[in-house]
Amino acid sequence: MRFIRAMLRNPTTSVGVVLCIVVVLGALLAPWLSPHDPAEQSILDRLQPPGGEFLLGTDTFGRDVLARILWGARISLVIAVTSISAAILIGGSIGMVSGYAGGRFDLLVMQVMDVMLSFPSLILGLIVVALLGPALLNLVIAIALTAIAPFARIARAPVLSLKQRAFVEAGRALGFSHARVLFVHILPNILSEVLVMGSLWMATAVRTEASLSFIGLGVKPPTPTWGGMMRDGFENILDAPWLSIWPGLAILVLVLGLNMVGDGLRDATDPKLAGT
Amino acid sequence: MTPILEVAGLKKHFSTTRGFPWPVKTVVRAVDGVDFRVHRGEAFGLVGESGCGKSTAARALLRLIEPDAGSIRFDGTDLRAASAGALRTLRQRMQIVFQDPYSALNPRRAIGRTLAEPLIVHGRARGAAAREAAAALLAEVGLPAAAMARFPHEFSGGQRQRIGIARALALRPDLIVADEPVSALDVSVQAQILLLLRQLQASRNLAFVLVSHDLGVVRWFCARVAVMYLGRIVEQGPAAQVFAAPRHPYTRMLRDASPVPDPACRAVLPRVVGEIPSAAAPPAGCHFHPRCPRATDICRATWPGWTEAAGHGCACHHPDGGGWGVAQ
Amino acid sequence: MIATVVRRLLAAIPTLLAVLTLVFVIVRIVPGDPAAAILGDRATPAAVAALQAKLGLDQPVWAQYVSFLRQYLSGDFGVSMVTNRPILADVAAVLPHTIDLTLAAMLIGTLIGIPAGVSAALHRNGVIDVAARLLSLIGLSFPVFVSGIFLLLAFALHWRIFPVIGNANLADPLDRLTKLVLPAATLGLVMAAYITRVTRSAMLQVLSEDYIRTARAKGVPWRGVVWRHGLRNAGLPVVTVVGLYVGILIGNSVLTEIVFNRPGLGRIIVGALNQRDYTTLQGLMVIYCFLIVVVNLLTDLAYGVIDPRVKQA
Repeated sequence: MRFIRAMLRNPTTSVGVVLCIVVVLGALLAPWLSPHDPAEQSILDRLQPPGGEFLLGTDTFGRDVLARILWGARISLVIAVTSISAAILIGGSIGMVSGYAGGRFDLLVMQVMDVMLSFPSLILGLIVVALLGPALLNLVIAIALTAIAPFARIARAPVLSLKQRAFVEAGRALGFSHARVLFVHILPNILSEVLVMGSLWMATAVRTEASLSFIGLGVKPPTPTWGGMMRDGFENILDAPWLSIWPGLAILVLVLGLNMVGDGLRDATDPKLAGT
Repeated sequence: MTPILEVAGLKKHFSTTRGFPWPVKTVVRAVDGVDFRVHRGEAFGLVGESGCGKSTAARALLRLIEPDAGSIRFDGTDLRAASAGALRTLRQRMQIVFQDPYSALNPRRAIGRTLAEPLIVHGRARGAAAREAAAALLAEVGLPAAAMARFPHEFSGGQRQRIGIARALALRPDLIVADEPVSALDVSVQAQILLLLRQLQASRNLAFVLVSHDLGVVRWFCARVAVMYLGRIVEQGPAAQVFAAPRHPYTRMLRDASPVPDPACRAVLPRVVGEIPSAAAPPAGCHFHPRCPRATDICRATWPGWTEAAGHGCACHHPDGGGWGVAQ
Repeated sequence: MIATVVRRLLAAIPTLLAVLTLVFVIVRIVPGDPAAAILGDRATPAAVAALQAKLGLDQPVWAQYVSFLRQYLSGDFGVSMVTNRPILADVAAVLPHTIDLTLAAMLIGTLIGIPAGVSAALHRNGVIDVAARLLSLIGLSFPVFVSGIFLLLAFALHWRIFPVIGNANLADPLDRLTKLVLPAATLGLVMAAYITRVTRSAMLQVLSEDYIRTARAKGVPWRGVVWRHGLRNAGLPVVTVVGLYVGILIGNSVLTEIVFNRPGLGRIIVGALNQRDYTTLQGLMVIYCFLIVVVNLLTDLAYGVIDPRVKQA
């Protein structure tokens, strides 16, 4: 509770939380908030500018942009949350075990992680989706792959210093198993650090998903995605600039919100870093 | 009666490889053949300057650091030969108290959970019984049961050290290794913690291995003491004798460097100065010879053997009371 | 210094091998048969077998791996299986555009980012600081294709200041420059946001050190303290992070090239993806890997220039 209050005292975080809540509510309440069906095509209503019956206008198929943005939020959120959760789970475990075990094993694992880290993440995502095919699960896999190595590093660093603490040695002396020491004693001490980075990486995941969709490697149409909408809008940029503007702003709102929350959380968990 | 702990030839070497393009392997002989025994209910002291390997020895004998050679017999059972399961059982009977009370407790766990956890893990108690046991442990170290719900950061260094001791007592051990248990504390608090340890020694018939650089603490607390220098024991015997009539010049130097209440014991030798050499490159022969005022050629050539009389032994070519003065 | 260079070069070899291995693994991870995937659903088994033989896919995996390593380490980046042109030739053709864009973006990034970061740190929690933090956060939150499209909408379509996109005529400096402005701004502003943040926190860290207080106490003017002691010591983390940024820069330039229809590596890679040009894809990934290994090497060496301690290490 103290933590949440400290977090909300920071204006950046409060704004970030509000932005995120807006997007999450939009996604959850999409069926009730959308004035139209996101897939409903209407030749007569093609490329209607914003205002009037279609608040944010319509696209080349006459579909309601507002509805598509609300439904598109679901895709962005689902992909970001699942891919980053998977990356935290896999990468975090790798980093914790590697750091705790130390020695040659740690050296080898971190070498592999460094190699993965040095690979440009968008290119990696691009190739993986291109090879596996553009589907929701494959996007999750691709984005999770790009975030595993960073989370291995994020989780490993504090484990290295924690395992030097006497309470870890005490646990061993008391006959606790390595697994117990690592997951019951060390894990709670690194969790906040990892989760803070989680929200910053979710911002990156939203960006990557949108970028892949923009390139044409997103969840297949007609499922509405923000990146895919930008792609359609880009093709009609001369006649219908609103088709690019609205989804662009939607992406910006969510990514900015997540980044603000992440920054504020980092300040709240680590007072030393406050404001950096 | 078998001693509770019997250590023979204990060795722990650390090696590091550094350098490019021709890497050089450096071996640090942190513990280089240490023998001692501790009896039931006895307080045994391990003293020496920092870097002499006393803390490494303490951890190696609990197998918190895996020793390279030697034998550790705990109550007659060889600890180094013990399987993981057997070691788990044996470890319940030997516990450790740490120097730094701030890092010794998990900052995210309430005290009650920290104290009850060993009992639960080893299936000795659970639920309400474990909570009662934790409260009893706190009472034994002089803290109220209300401390159970609180977190480490709410306590002072001395209180945390009491909690650390309570945790070490949880599994009813026969032996406690105390690694500099009071050196991180204020002097006024040091005395309280030492008194507590002595009380526990008496009430629970606990044996102690007390590791310290503070001769005053060791002299007051321990019945017998071993002095370590660069990974080896150079003198061992009853504490009173060792400090009243040290036989090794190093022991004498340590004693003279710390305040002694008896003016009669004042140094007859010039005070020995100098730094402790690196354990990675110990001097040949007797490791102490570069700092020793009595060093002769033999000291520079060979490591002196162990000579012992009436339970007081030392490793020196020219021990005090060993005829060195006479030979001159 | 020479020993350091040699050591870093030697240390880069295993990294390079590991990265190449990763490329090999990723490309082969594809479920199913790449030959069948390339040829499509209606391919005859004979055609698939022929393509497999051509790509070496009928060999055992280790043999493929060995010939893969041998090929790339000898500097042969292969031939596009769609156009039959050497991949390196295609890359060389677009290289000037890529270099133009990257250098211009880095220029914008550092020229805005470093002064902004330093002044934000010097006026901690002041107006400049708050503005710099907010703007850099917004800059970092823009996916480049969104900011690129927004810039395009504003400056090319609405105000018509730079109403041109697409291939630049390399022989015509004016054309080259006008077509560079918007893409370079797109890429550079994100970078500026990044550098601002890194510089700011590195400066704050350095300014809290004891030697800064000592320098001030000695009577070194504040300006001298900031430039001589502060920025020089803050340089190290900045260089590190900028080195790490290359991966992001590569991804961002792909998107920028798509938005502004510029020739470049990004367009080649997307073209290869669409045409399932397996060999080009692999060759490009290897080129990216070489690029990143080289940049990391340069970052390491820049360390030596900035930090005298590293020279001896």
